[in-house]
Amino acid sequence: MSADNGIGYTPGGCHMCLAIPGKIIEIASDNPNSALVDVVGMRRKVDLGLLQDDMPVSGDWVLIHVGFAMSKISEVDAMDQMRTLEMLGECEAAVQEVRGYGLEDLEDKQAS
Amino acid sequence: MKYVDEFRDPQLITRAAEEIKRLADPNKHYRLMEVCGGHTHAIYRFGLKDVLPPNIELIHGPGCPVCVLPMGRIDDALSIAADSDVIFAAFGDMMRVPGTNGSPLEHKARGMDVRIVYSPSDAIKLAKMNPQKHVLFFAIGFETTAPSTALTLLRAKSEGLHNFSVFCNHVTIIPAIRAILDSPDMRLDGFIGPGHVSTVIGCRPYEWIAKNERKPIVVCGFEPVDLLQSIVMLLTQLQKGEAKVENQYKRVVPWEGNRAALRAMAETFQLRPYFEWRGLGFISQSALRIRDEYCEWDSEQRFHIPGIRVTDPKAAQCGEVLKGVLKPAQCKLFARECTPENPVGALMVSSEGSCAAYYNYEHRKAALVTSIGSAA
Repeated sequence: MSADNGIGYTPGGCHMCLAIPGKIIEIASDNPNSALVDVVGMRRKVDLGLLQDDMPVSGDWVLIHVGFAMSKISEVDAMDQMRTLEMLGECEAAVQEVRGYGLEDLEDKQAS
Repeated sequence: MKYVDEFRDPQLITRAAEEIKRLADPNKHYRLMEVCGGHTHAIYRFGLKDVLPPNIELIHGPGCPVCVLPMGRIDDALSIAADSDVIFAAFGDMMRVPGTNGSPLEHKARGMDVRIVYSPSDAIKLAKMNPQKHVLFFAIGFETTAPSTALTLLRAKSEGLHNFSVFCNHVTIIPAIRAILDSPDMRLDGFIGPGHVSTVIGCRPYEWIAKNERKPIVVCGFEPVDLLQSIVMLLTQLQKGEAKVENQYKRVVPWEGNRAALRAMAETFQLRPYFEWRGLGFISQSALRIRDEYCEWDSEQRFHIPGIRVTDPKAAQCGEVLKGVLKPAQCKLFARECTPENPVGALMVSSEGSCAAYYNYEHRKAALVTSIGSAA
């Protein structure tokens, strides 16, 4: 977490505009719109509701905006997208964004 | 140009840059607008201007959602959250954005319950975790984030969640482009179209730009080579006297967009008759409001909204910069009263705003060179 103001703001790009690639690990058995996704090395629940016309399966790659998978992409494009985030200096922002999904960050803070 | 060595294929960049030089008529001056704030950030970050011939001018468009949000909207939402039973939830991007009496972060320091969420669905989670409180989610963004808010509204309704509402500030990109094209002091030759917005809306909504306005538009990715290839595609069209919509970002953007996302938006949102854009003024049918069927989850229908309007200081020339009439550094306040640390105008507020991008990359670089020079 960046220490500039204690709320986790990282300069360098608009977080909500980030498109972060993730690989679907598992789709929830009780909710087809919820998937466990590996995103920048973390496992988070991601909402698949916006892909209902072309539902992904385990092993597929998706581009994620604000916790929702917005499009399916190839693995090669996912790697390219990661490199783009790196070049744009937005990796830290992406990690921070993903860490926060599911209020994990908040719960960590409340626990501490 | 920066970062070229890190790129997977520097040769591609060199080739695209050469192609641009070959296609650009030295007797013409080209004004191309990149609509999306992400592209503006990338252009500065990669130093793309260094590889473009001087007669290709990139004009930075209105596609930074934080920048174009009028300060009064933040004041309105914070006035609701002044009630101790309300939690103000927003993306981290909003936390430092100033309202009249300070940013959400400063309100938090004064005791307001302000929380960062990274996803609208987490605002729902927050409401479930705090059943005795009302969670107001401050929704912002173009069509990239609007579908997520839409789905969140659908879920809130289907789950019968009563302590949750959305303060909706979603805007749509097409009317902003139209307003810019209608502006009498504006002359543009073509558009670098937004990437992620187009994932949702597809390429069809841009067809009027080509057909009626006779301007080429190329939907573009975010790597340096994407931007250069899009400029090649625009110049090729201009050289042939064509005006078409082309998709350079096919690997992510389907021509038809994301229909499920569009359906969710149509179900929950309708167009506002008009909405104010910071720097551009009122633009008709340019923003989304929540449909009456979802009024219980609409903060604006559920609470009293003061309807605060704050005009930007006259000296701030955001409108002129947004329309490309002025360069960021030509504004009287740039780097003096108006800095990323203390933004006066809209375009300094977010790092994707053209003034902040210019400040962070060009101005700091120039200042460094000057200080090194004077130290030597």
